[in-house]
Amino acid sequence: MDTFALLAQGLMAAMAPMNLVYALIGVTLGTAVGVLPGIGPALTVALLLPVTYRLDPAGSLIMFAGIYYGGMYGGSTTSILLNTPGESASIVTALEGNKMARKGRGGPALATAAIGSFVAGLLATLGLAFIAPWVVKFALSFGPADYFALMVLAFITVSAAFGDSALRGITALFIGLGLGIIGIDLQTGQARLAFGVPDLFDGIEVTTLAVALFAIGETLKIASSPSQLKEEILAVKGSVWMTVEDWKRSWVPWLRGTAIGFPIGAMPAGGADVASFLSYSAERSFAKKPEEFGHGAIEGVAGPEAANNASAAGTLVPLLTLGLPTTATAAIMLAGFQQFGLQPGPLLFANNAPLVWSLIASLLIANFMLLVLNLPLIGLWVKLLTIPKPWLYAGILTFATLGTLGANGAMSMQVFGIRFSFELVLLLAFGILGYALRRFSYPIAPVVVGLILGPMAEQQLRRALAISQGDPGILIGSPVAIVLYSVAILALVLPMIMRMRGKGGALAQLASDED
Amino acid sequence: MTTGSPNSERRPDGAALFIAAILAVIAAIIIWQTSQMRVPPIQARVGPTVFPYIIAGGLALLSVGTLISAWRGSFPPREKDNYGPMLWIVGGLIGQILLLSTAGFSIATGVLFALTAKGFGRGPLWVSLPIGIAFSFIVWFLFSRGLQLSLPAGPLERLIP
Repeated sequence: MDTFALLAQGLMAAMAPMNLVYALIGVTLGTAVGVLPGIGPALTVALLLPVTYRLDPAGSLIMFAGIYYGGMYGGSTTSILLNTPGESASIVTALEGNKMARKGRGGPALATAAIGSFVAGLLATLGLAFIAPWVVKFALSFGPADYFALMVLAFITVSAAFGDSALRGITALFIGLGLGIIGIDLQTGQARLAFGVPDLFDGIEVTTLAVALFAIGETLKIASSPSQLKEEILAVKGSVWMTVEDWKRSWVPWLRGTAIGFPIGAMPAGGADVASFLSYSAERSFAKKPEEFGHGAIEGVAGPEAANNASAAGTLVPLLTLGLPTTATAAIMLAGFQQFGLQPGPLLFANNAPLVWSLIASLLIANFMLLVLNLPLIGLWVKLLTIPKPWLYAGILTFATLGTLGANGAMSMQVFGIRFSFELVLLLAFGILGYALRRFSYPIAPVVVGLILGPMAEQQLRRALAISQGDPGILIGSPVAIVLYSVAILALVLPMIMRMRGKGGALAQLASDED
Repeated sequence: MTTGSPNSERRPDGAALFIAAILAVIAAIIIWQTSQMRVPPIQARVGPTVFPYIIAGGLALLSVGTLISAWRGSFPPREKDNYGPMLWIVGGLIGQILLLSTAGFSIATGVLFALTAKGFGRGPLWVSLPIGIAFSFIVWFLFSRGLQLSLPAGPLERLIP
């Protein structure tokens, strides 16, 4: 069946009344949580995962798609109206968007962000639908050694290619890989690094780690930081509508942002923040009025916001076709799939096509819903921004522990007659780890990606070595693997040279700390 | 290293040295635990011990790298954090963990809520605690009744049949 027929079938499934309700709940919750300052898409998805526990796989994934897109939308509102963006991908939006809001042009800034996100989301989701089958066809010919090479490449791009230090990026990755070893080895049934604790036999939950690192780590860092930023919420004055000139200046950046963002997301080349940063510099160099940049140029909002969303959709290409998460958000989405025993990858496309296509179709629907919801409800989102910090973080921790308890609330440990939940103890321990990582400028995403991708990489490595009867030569025995390793080496070495030659500043600004 | 201390001042960064030591200890623990595993000879080559040894080797190398980085003082400068607020929040989390099984979700999470607010400078506790308990109770009701999530019940939760 060709892509059109499959997509049409997916749309039919996603349009079922119940599924529309799930999508609507998803986008509303996603936007509401994504708008909150300090909560990026990764944490939005991790916090809201428990909401989807009791649904059937299709309904759950549809709601999830809505949460994902809603979280991305919500982040842009925060960065335009508040100068402290909730997600790193929106930092660039804040550069111009906040300036526009200060000049009383917050309405058009929000509008161009919302419409740009819509245009990008639409084009990139269609791109996903048309590219995915090709990638799947190609991926079906991959052997275990090729998969291992692909994962090594993902490890490098996630940890070392961006950010201000390859050493700290790779250290964060290895912390995640080390946590990934914990638990029963699936092939031999032997426990590894479980220290006799039964709760560790199943391994560390990705959601527990992600919620702890992002929610608790961030809360501790903000609470302890002496330089509490004075935040000022800017009211949306005047018309929300864009003028004819705004439209004229926005549509090219939307398309350009999409063209930049989608490939970057699709090619495991880094998260949405990289895309939005590149789009910003592209807009600045193409701008007809470059002097406006830094003082509220609408192109500087339109382009990066489109790039941001296009890359979010692009990330789904490696996730759905190869089972390869390249951002923390994608890692949590992978965990969402796994809770239903679904393993994304070429086989999911082959065996469970209706599910995959209704997910892709529901992304399109979520995108439409967001366009309709976002602008009229802007007043409500602004209200959410005014929640005072103490209540906001108290609420975040309430939901963080709620999600963890909902996933695994067994009171399995006992000390001095008090029974308590081991999962919450892990949450606290990883929360303190998250604080320490932030304190010493280690990136967070590689830890989460390492935890989920490490065991998968190990499986492919052992499979490859079993085929070759232990000869490691098989790892570089195919052209695909050799190409992937070469790209990985380039992604590791080039940034190191740039840093040495004092051009590290640009890379540091691309640092992925949120998704 | 406190805020703004220049990197040219070649004094090793104590905290970074500590991180290097932790990485080395983790590597040692992984090697020790993995060496304790009894692996049937048939799996000796590509068995469950290969990957842990690779990770441990990597962590050991990273520990050396961190050591060098600490020595050259090339960690980014950081501000001096206040630990007081942190202790309130960690205390809240510990309080919640200990209270959950007996007091139930609402009271335990209310304690977490109030102590977190306190960490951000909002008090007094006799105001924020009831707010936290009420808030947690609503959350408990929505999630355990609405979404069938199993959350620990205590005296408050049992009031609702």
